[in-house]
Amino acid sequence: MERVPVLKIGDILLVSIQIDLQDQSVLNLQEDLADRIVATGARGVIIDITAVEIVDSFIGRMFATIASISRLLDAETIVVGMRPAVAITLVELGLSLGGVRTALDLEKGLRLLGVDGLAAGPRDRR
Amino acid sequence: MTDAGATEIPIGSGDDVVRVRQAVREAAGAAKLSLVDQTKIVTAASELARNTLIYGGGGHARVERVDSGLGRAGIRILFADEGPGIPDLDLALTDGWTSGNGLGLGLSGARRLVDEFSLDSAPGAGTRITVVKWGR
Repeated sequence: MERVPVLKIGDILLVSIQIDLQDQSVLNLQEDLADRIVATGARGVIIDITAVEIVDSFIGRMFATIASISRLLDAETIVVGMRPAVAITLVELGLSLGGVRTALDLEKGLRLLGVDGLAAGPRDRR
Repeated sequence: MTDAGATEIPIGSGDDVVRVRQAVREAAGAAKLSLVDQTKIVTAASELARNTLIYGGGGHARVERVDSGLGRAGIRILFADEGPGIPDLDLALTDGWTSGNGLGLGLSGARRLVDEFSLDSAPGAGTRITVVKWGR
């Protein structure tokens, strides 16, 4: 079973999904992230799906679940890099991911979390 | 010509669901579907393969290229299992209805993502679902 690595940068956890996710990897990632948020005291989680070719209802639900879990653990989740075809397909599938914050790319996601050193704009936290 | 070599993939594990996605992606690319249409059919296949695994207790997928005869190519995928079958097809195709603990979007969502969808199932007789996605 391939595991998705969770990287720590300052007080942000970065997950860049580079594999074709099977359901068990998705569930493992959920648990790994919850553990790492608590262990590191991270205040933000960025999930980079630039390389992800499809998001089906199971994977989409995982994003929403991770966002809810991390909110309970005092961290904010941002999904970045969604491909246009993935967005179109998700909406047609019936999954609008209303509770998940997104940004177009990693840089914008980091800025949303108020990470310094990137000509940060005003802190924009909901 | 309706059959340009079909690929049959057993579905017995989560890894097999990933294999189905990969085979569908390859076939959709070869049939020159647009990127959005490729994404839609691969996503639909992922939903249906998962259903075959979880609700059907495993089965197989058959992926093949089809031609309309009018110059349009597409791909057809059959999902078959010998599981318990679906007692109420209308209910199973309703958004948000689930017999498991999913979102209830698998069948209904997959149907929206494809051009043709047919479902053949009865209690105790397994389930066969065929979907087709045509190039534009």
